[in-house]
Amino acid sequence: MATVFLPFALRKYADGAERVVVPASTLGELIENLEAAYPGTKRHLIQDDALKPGLAAIVGLVATRRGLLQKLDDDVEVHFITAISGGASLTDRSRH
Amino acid sequence: MVATFEPKTDYKVVGTRPIRHDGYDKVTGRAVYGADMKLPGLIWGVCVRSPHAHARIKSIDTSAAEAMDGVFAVITGADMPEAPSKLVDLGEGSVNFKWASNKLMADKKVIYKGQPVAAIAAVDRYTAEEAARKVVVKYEKLKSVTNVVDALAADAPIILEDLVGDDLGEDVTNTNMAEHIRHEFGDVEGAMAAAAHTIEREYNMEMVHQGYIEPHNATAVWDEEDRIKIWTSTQGAFPARTQIAGILQVDVSRVKVTPLEIGGGFGGKIPVYFEPIAALLSKKSHRPVKMVMERTAVFETTGPTPGGRMVIKLGADANGKLTAATADIWFEAGANPGALIGPAAMCVYAPYEIPNTRIDGWDVVVNKPKTAPYRAPGSPQVAFAMESAIDELCKEVGWDSMKFRSDNASREGTRRGDGVLFGKIGMEEVLEAAQASAHWKAPLGQPPAGKKRGRGIASGYWFNIGLKSSANLAVVSDGTVSLVEGSTDIGGSRAAMAMHVAEVLGIGAHDVRPTVGDTESVGYTDVTGGSRTTYATGYACWIAANNLVDELKKRVAILWDISLEDVGFNDGVFSSKAEAEKTISFKELAGKLGDLGGPATSTGSVDLESAGDGFGMHIVDVDIDPETGKTDIVRYTAVQDVGTAIHPSYVEGQLQGGAAQGIGWALNEEYFMTDDGAMANSSFLDYRMPTSLDLPSIDTVLVEVPNPLHPYGVRGVGETPICPPIPAIANAIANAVGVRLYKTPMNAGSILEALK
Repeated sequence: MATVFLPFALRKYADGAERVVVPASTLGELIENLEAAYPGTKRHLIQDDALKPGLAAIVGLVATRRGLLQKLDDDVEVHFITAISGGASLTDRSRH
Repeated sequence: MVATFEPKTDYKVVGTRPIRHDGYDKVTGRAVYGADMKLPGLIWGVCVRSPHAHARIKSIDTSAAEAMDGVFAVITGADMPEAPSKLVDLGEGSVNFKWASNKLMADKKVIYKGQPVAAIAAVDRYTAEEAARKVVVKYEKLKSVTNVVDALAADAPIILEDLVGDDLGEDVTNTNMAEHIRHEFGDVEGAMAAAAHTIEREYNMEMVHQGYIEPHNATAVWDEEDRIKIWTSTQGAFPARTQIAGILQVDVSRVKVTPLEIGGGFGGKIPVYFEPIAALLSKKSHRPVKMVMERTAVFETTGPTPGGRMVIKLGADANGKLTAATADIWFEAGANPGALIGPAAMCVYAPYEIPNTRIDGWDVVVNKPKTAPYRAPGSPQVAFAMESAIDELCKEVGWDSMKFRSDNASREGTRRGDGVLFGKIGMEEVLEAAQASAHWKAPLGQPPAGKKRGRGIASGYWFNIGLKSSANLAVVSDGTVSLVEGSTDIGGSRAAMAMHVAEVLGIGAHDVRPTVGDTESVGYTDVTGGSRTTYATGYACWIAANNLVDELKKRVAILWDISLEDVGFNDGVFSSKAEAEKTISFKELAGKLGDLGGPATSTGSVDLESAGDGFGMHIVDVDIDPETGKTDIVRYTAVQDVGTAIHPSYVEGQLQGGAAQGIGWALNEEYFMTDDGAMANSSFLDYRMPTSLDLPSIDTVLVEVPNPLHPYGVRGVGETPICPPIPAIANAIANAVGVRLYKTPMNAGSILEALK
């Protein structure tokens, strides 16, 4: 089970919860299970079958470089934060 | 699973101070920079730039320019390929191809002063400049906004009519607000209400530039096979290739970027500017085209770091423990979104453990050049606010500000303001080292007659990144090794890379000849930025060197006709595990490879998670003349957890350079904007950066807490040292003259005004 620290913009999908517990063995599975439990979250995290550009997933203490394939240990923390690149958004909107 | 390493101390090469491999070329002028480029048939390119910060382009007439003798090509926004709205990470910073294209060459509207509206290629620079003056552009001038308050006002002109802003996940249109983010943890309101002591202050900062000496440049050849060759000054040849291909809408394999020597970057040479324009001029003229930027254009049109507005509120209990904090951060993005508010939010509370926190950040579009990373982008700004507020809170309550920082210091298990946990970090060790330093223990002393002296301290943080790096090695028959690596060398990294290899192979640092490769001679390597280069590219070099040892063991097995498992290697000598007397040195073996299978080569590549969190504290003594407001820095010490210092001189140089840039930012530097959106001080004469005459010798204290994520314990170094100087100087000024400044630059005029 992973503890997901929800970005503030996604907390509205989980009744304002700061963190939620999700069963998953990989980051990709976690996002799928998060979407199943809290519909609407996935589109903020995934683009073209990968983490959205400008978004970093912190697994444990470090930003994963394995993307959705990242394996998750039991009781690991997962954070989705703005990557150092900045200028990106958690929202699924197109910028023209 | 992330690999971890136990700390070592018995190094032969790591920790020594060899002369840098590129030193002689640099000091004799032989090193080749972009402005030195020469090619057969080379012609010059220049840009026609907008005199307005915000205007619609009614028409562009290039006919007179095109008719001039010696003019080979003229392009306008109509010649720019239509790039898609696609965001791509660049390692430090990101690029949206559509906006990047528009930034380089306006089409229907200009959104910052100096934005190119056309470009000319001609037989020489003077002809090109003369032709540029013949281009007639008719504008409809629009009202401009150059700060976050004006840009967010209800009646503000909208700079990007098609911008869809993001307000905590909700789309917003007809706005200059590109993004609003929030991090919130714990019961902030409850904790703040229960705090025994609180402080709330507003801070404002002007935009500043990195101020690198070498202007941007590019030479381009668009050949008959539609291959594009670029020679340029860049912090990353591969991210430059990504941008050029994206803006020009060609396959990335059609672009080859050769990085030349670089005269400073500090984040500002991650974006491309001239490269796509020179390529299009080359395509149209069928000649190589070279462009070198004027200093005024460097200031007006390349990527400075954001100014903005910040409001910090802190709550502490009666025992001096921080219990709550809020931060509101508005940053100027420039004319396109991307003010790096994310990193600012990560850094604002990082040196301290605070259980209840909220951070709001706004990315605001203004009629200024699009900002770019600048050494710990976003962190110096929030350090100014946070560390000033801490100092003022301590003064109000009567707490010792050093003890307060120690009592609240982040440690393993502390959560950053964005919720992420710290692993092993060195903040407490830094504070201990600062308190043990000669500077901190020394009395403040008396200032010269008529002046007032004060001391200030401040902490700073940068999270340091890992990412992708590659290196290639080849053994040379004389016992040396050629190294090709992908990282632009800005601060002596070639020497550090060679030292990584030499340590593994048991040879001298100068037995390794390092070269920075182009995009077709080494594997993908991310930017020299994010304090990642020595960590990640060094790691790739370490892997390549170990792979080379494995390859050479095979050759030794052939030489002695023994099994591979029986070959040992230690400290530059191969040996037989079965017959101890059988040994051969690396250098001897190099000369025998011709009969042992031929050339021996290896590669190393990494994609790493983090370069280890970096913490620092700076101590500064200032003398202030109350009559003139002038501030003299009389003593300065930078203390930082640097992990293992591969080449201590270059680590010390990073700390000194960061401090020097921070001092300039604190005291003098600013984009001084006129009412119509023009920068009034776009020269080094008027944009006052500190010189050696303005600075004392900056002492350094290297706290070496090895980073377990690197085989030698390397931690990112280059960005943290620009974070503490601004608040340290603000705190020193307050200590000296009893008034506090809440706005940068804290120049003589500001101090005199505050003393009234």
